[in-house]
Amino acid sequence: MRGQTDLWTLAVIVGLAAVTVLTRCFFFILDRPWGLPDWAHRALHYAPAAALAAVIAPEILMTNGQFIHTWQDARLYGALAGVLWYFWRGGVLGTMLAGMAVYLPLHLMLHW
Amino acid sequence: MFLSPAIRRHPAFREGWRDMAPIAIGIGAWGLMTGVAMLKAGMSVIESMAMTLLVFAGSSQLAAIPLLIAGAPAWVVLATGFCVNLRFVVFSLHLRPYLMHMPRWRRILHGYLTADMSYALFTRRFPQPGDDPVQRAAEEAYLVGGYAINWCVWMGMSLLGIALANFIPTQWGLGFAGVLSLVAVTCSMATTPLRVLAVLIAAATAVAAFALPFKLNIVAAIGAAVLLCFLLEKQLGLNPDAEDER
Repeated sequence: MRGQTDLWTLAVIVGLAAVTVLTRCFFFILDRPWGLPDWAHRALHYAPAAALAAVIAPEILMTNGQFIHTWQDARLYGALAGVLWYFWRGGVLGTMLAGMAVYLPLHLMLHW
Repeated sequence: MFLSPAIRRHPAFREGWRDMAPIAIGIGAWGLMTGVAMLKAGMSVIESMAMTLLVFAGSSQLAAIPLLIAGAPAWVVLATGFCVNLRFVVFSLHLRPYLMHMPRWRRILHGYLTADMSYALFTRRFPQPGDDPVQRAAEEAYLVGGYAINWCVWMGMSLLGIALANFIPTQWGLGFAGVLSLVAVTCSMATTPLRVLAVLIAAATAVAAFALPFKLNIVAAIGAAVLLCFLLEKQLGLNPDAEDER
C-alpha cells in the first residue's frame, strides 16, 4: 500500500475520527448522568500506557518481524536517549529532538 | 471558532487564545513531525490529509500508522486508537458539568475539538463550573479561544509536514521521530510503579507475540498488561483512590 490511497484505509481513518469523538465526548453524549463499572475504571489506568508501549516496542526492537540480534541498531540508542531526556527535562518535543540527535548520526553515517 | 461571532467577540476568547499561544509552538512542532511521519511510513498524501483533518488526535494517529501499513484489521486499529485515547474518557467526565447546559451537537463539537492542552488550560482557568449565564459564556469563549489556536496550528503544521515530506528521502528515517514522540507520551503516562510495569509487560508481550496474525499482538499485550496489573493491584491491596491521585 506504499503511497497508494485505498478506500479501506480511508474507511478506517473515518472510524478513527469516530473514536476521537466517542472518547472525547464519552460522558456527555447522553443526557442522563451515568458512571463506569469499577473494573472499567481500573482498566483506564493501565490501558493507555500499555497500548502505546505495545505499538512502539516492535518498532524499536524488531526488524522484518524478527527480534534484533545486534547492538548496532540506531533505534535502540535513539529511544534510550529519548527516555533519558524525558526523565531529565520532560516534554514531547525535547524527547523527539534528543532521540533524533542520537539516531540520525548513527543511522546516516554508520548505517546502523 | 466555527461558532457564532458572539463567542469570538467575548473577551475570554482572546484570553484563551493568548494562554494557549506559547504551548502551541510545541504542538506545531509535533504536528509537523506527525505530518512527516505519516508520509514517510508509507501512507499516501490523501490518506495523510484525511487522517490529519478528521482524526485530530496525535498519539492515536501515530499509533495507527504502523498498524495501517501492516494491514491490521479495522477493529484492531480502532481498538488500539480507543485505548490510546482512553484518557479523554476521564477528561469527558470532568468536562460534563461545564457543557451539559448546551444542546447536544454543541457539546459534541466542543468535546471533539478539546485535546489535552485545551482541557488542561480550561480546567485550570475555571476550577468550578459556573451556574449563571455570564460565567458560562466566559467559559465557552475561553475554551473555544484555546482550542481554536490549537486546531489552527496543529492543522497548519501537519499539512506543512505532509507537503515537505516529499522532499525528504525515506532513507533518512525521519519516520522514527513519530516513534520517539510516542516514547515521550508513554513516559508521561508511566507515573506509578504499576503503570511502569504495565508498559514493560505490554512491550514484552507485543514483541513475543509478534507472529500472531492481524496484529493481535497489540491486543494481547494490552490485555496481558491490564490483567496482570489489575491482579497485582488486588494482591498488594493498593488503595485505588490513592493510585488515582497520581
